[in-house]
Amino acid sequence: MQSTLFHRAATLLTTLMLSGVAAADWTERSDLNLRPGVTAVSQDVYNLHMIILGIVTLIGILVFALIMWSVFAHRKEKNPVPAKFHENVVLEVVWTVIPFFILIGMAIPATRVLINMEDTGDSELTVKVTGSQWRWHYEYLAYEDDNDINVGFFSDLATPPEVWQRPILSGGLFPVGSYQERVGEERVPLTRDNEDVFNYMIEVDNPLVIPAGQKVRFLITADDVIHSFWVPDFGWKKDAIPGFVNEAWTLVPEDQAGRTFRGQCAELCGRLHAFMPIEVKVKSQEDFAEWLAEQQAAAADGPDMTPFASIEEAMEMGKPIYDRACAMCHGAQGQGQGMFPSFQQSALMMDADRQQENIDILLRGRGAMPAFRAQLSPKEIAAVITYQRNAFGNETGDLIQPDDVQN
Amino acid sequence: MADHHEHHAPTGWRRWLLSTNHKDIGSLYLWFSFAMFLVGGLLAMVIRAELMYPGMQVVDPDFFNQMTTTHGLIMVFGAVMPAFVGLANWMIPLMIGAPDMALPRMNNWSFWILPFAFAILIGSVLMSAFGPGNPPAPNFGWTFYAPLSTTYGPASTDFFILSVHLMGISSIMGAINVIVTVMNMRAPGMTMMKMPLFVWTWLITAFLLIAVMPVLAGAVTMMLTDRHFGTSFFDAAGGGDPVLFQHIFWFFGHPEVYIMILPAFGVVSAIIPTFARKPLFGYASMVYATASIALLSFVVWAHHMFTVGMPLAGMLFFMYMTMLISVPTGVKVFNWVATMWRGSLTFELPMKWAIAFVILFTIGGLSGLMLSITPVDFQYHDSYFVVAHFHYVLVSGAVFSMFAAVYYWLPKWTGVMYDKFWGEVHFWSSLISVNLLFFPMHFVGLAGMPRRYADYALQFADYNWWITIGAFWFGISQLFLLWVLIKACFLKKGEKATDEVWEGADGLEWTVPSPAPFHTFDTPPVVK
Repeated sequence: MQSTLFHRAATLLTTLMLSGVAAADWTERSDLNLRPGVTAVSQDVYNLHMIILGIVTLIGILVFALIMWSVFAHRKEKNPVPAKFHENVVLEVVWTVIPFFILIGMAIPATRVLINMEDTGDSELTVKVTGSQWRWHYEYLAYEDDNDINVGFFSDLATPPEVWQRPILSGGLFPVGSYQERVGEERVPLTRDNEDVFNYMIEVDNPLVIPAGQKVRFLITADDVIHSFWVPDFGWKKDAIPGFVNEAWTLVPEDQAGRTFRGQCAELCGRLHAFMPIEVKVKSQEDFAEWLAEQQAAAADGPDMTPFASIEEAMEMGKPIYDRACAMCHGAQGQGQGMFPSFQQSALMMDADRQQENIDILLRGRGAMPAFRAQLSPKEIAAVITYQRNAFGNETGDLIQPDDVQN
Repeated sequence: MADHHEHHAPTGWRRWLLSTNHKDIGSLYLWFSFAMFLVGGLLAMVIRAELMYPGMQVVDPDFFNQMTTTHGLIMVFGAVMPAFVGLANWMIPLMIGAPDMALPRMNNWSFWILPFAFAILIGSVLMSAFGPGNPPAPNFGWTFYAPLSTTYGPASTDFFILSVHLMGISSIMGAINVIVTVMNMRAPGMTMMKMPLFVWTWLITAFLLIAVMPVLAGAVTMMLTDRHFGTSFFDAAGGGDPVLFQHIFWFFGHPEVYIMILPAFGVVSAIIPTFARKPLFGYASMVYATASIALLSFVVWAHHMFTVGMPLAGMLFFMYMTMLISVPTGVKVFNWVATMWRGSLTFELPMKWAIAFVILFTIGGLSGLMLSITPVDFQYHDSYFVVAHFHYVLVSGAVFSMFAAVYYWLPKWTGVMYDKFWGEVHFWSSLISVNLLFFPMHFVGLAGMPRRYADYALQFADYNWWITIGAFWFGISQLFLLWVLIKACFLKKGEKATDEVWEGADGLEWTVPSPAPFHTFDTPPVVK
């Protein structure tokens, strides 16, 4: 194992001393300080952070120096007879008033930056961001003069479960397969020098796309519990709260087109809180307009309703959807876990009369189970239900067709 | 001395179950809180084991959330708060020359509620870990934001609600007892402005408790009715407001953090003058600073919620008020430094812990000042920077002050000096490991690691490995304290303590024999 104490100590020292010499990509991902970010706002925030960090560091050094001086100079051996003073009005007034002025000095720039951050007017693109357990939903509402864009998509973690699920214990607390099943499997090493996992936990299937050089307004809300939308390079985070629409904005400078910025959900939202990252691709305005037109054209075609020719065809389509959308709660083998029901030989799966109920639960949700009608097309829902009812030893022979899935 | 009126005190288990003696109840509180400190620490070890390497190795992400939740709840309500109540029970009557607490039977009840409250909470963790089907324990964070804890909360949420109610009843009764005792049972001549600062800080803490514990009880009751009786206090779909929950919670929660630190200020203000052999600098300003902090604590709660989308004016108000708290807090730190200044210092263990407290608490206070700056807080909020901040003020703050208090008063409680060798090992080992544990959290937090994350991106991997090493080290270090306590309390081994114990000690508690007899101050002393 490379992670011996010695190795780690060497790595830490090297990182601290040579942080500018490490592989170029990792220097962009500082593990030491706040990121300056790419927008004017994030630079303001960074500067404010550095000023205040400087002030508190100076205060800290002053206080600690006084304590240390006292510890060395006023110890009993050196100062056997203690002084008797126990008050000094001038001193007490001074150390009450001076901090007050320091605070005013901090409050003025902070207020200025805050007022600027809260001004969401004059935006050119409006994107509605909806958090749900455990993915982000992006809807493009208005761009320049077009107020009827009708483009939207879901954004899921792209790091596959088999990379992050690496149990060393088997049993109830970690019900993902058993140890025996995984022995002998080659695990992907999660190290910085492995390029395959460079974006581990911060990569998604469908990134949010925004234009450079134009002010983007985000309308942030949630479907179920509270989430928080945080891209550190933009300089802020904003909570996504069910029943509320919060506003925030960013303006990525034109010379940053082509870059990708990454963020994460920052408010505890349940089991997979750490598994719903944010990826933002910034395109030039021409590229963005082209991309948006493509998305609009695809959306205008409407959903694919061609029936499945066979159970096999439906199952082939359903398995990857199951693994992405269902397996995190209900288990890769449909074994369920805790409050999440098992599908293995369960009454809902095995009873042919309950097909419609099964479809309804997927469409509209039930209890902690989210509704999927906005996230999956009728054909995808039909495929995944067919898969559930025929995998995991169920083998009911039920085939659900896209037309059976009625909203 | 007390032989002439022998009491028929019960012996064996009845002595403890039926106790109305402030010293016995104080000991019960202290041992209970130490047990909860070890249990809460064990849960933290699960968290850190999972976070040692990227990837999910040890537990399921949901169980991870259960660990962060119950670790927080047990440490706040089971370890820190009862520890200070235990200290109040033992020391307030001794410090003000009272024979006992004013309401001894209520005192018994307020302690004996706690084991039941925590049996319920820990029971849900045991069910989750070992029960059939692993029904999840509370998994919504110690702040239990709605709707994660209401519509989406597991069945064990109802156990959690009951448990919080019991903790609240216990705290309120403890607080009433402190107020009544301090107001009515001071020795003749002990005016308010002659009270030891520990008594002052506890008096103010008790008022905070009475003010905010009912608010917490209200919050969990609203959760209960939202969950089972069809109300929609926190459910937007029924016309309610999830943000209302956060306002209510933090209206409790912010005074709560001062409930956990004000008694610590009192402890340190008792210890530093003793070992500096010099009276406390600025006694009156210490009292006023404590009161100011307590008052300000009611008008800063929304600084925990800058990202919920508040109006600009609201954010500015809460930012300015929060910044203002650093003024009285700064006054306290400067007063402690001035108390040490030109004193005649010695560094017995209580003093070592107290100095470590002043330095490390100041680090937590300074990062708190950084967090008050709203636009930058948008970046810090809910990141590991916040985790670093509140562990600096709670662990190397409140918990270190408890350690200082234990080493300071243990000879008075047991009649024997603590084991100096293992005490030193405990101190140095804890001091180094606590910084290895919590300082790098500042770095990963600033670099962008959100808190309550079961897994993380690879740029955070190196520091997380170090944090875990620090955590295991700090956890093991507490076993040295366990040994020091067993040796002094049960084996009664160690150098015999004098009545005064410390050369520079001042105060009524040092006028009674060591160990303090079962009954003290049957005849009130006269304070000049």
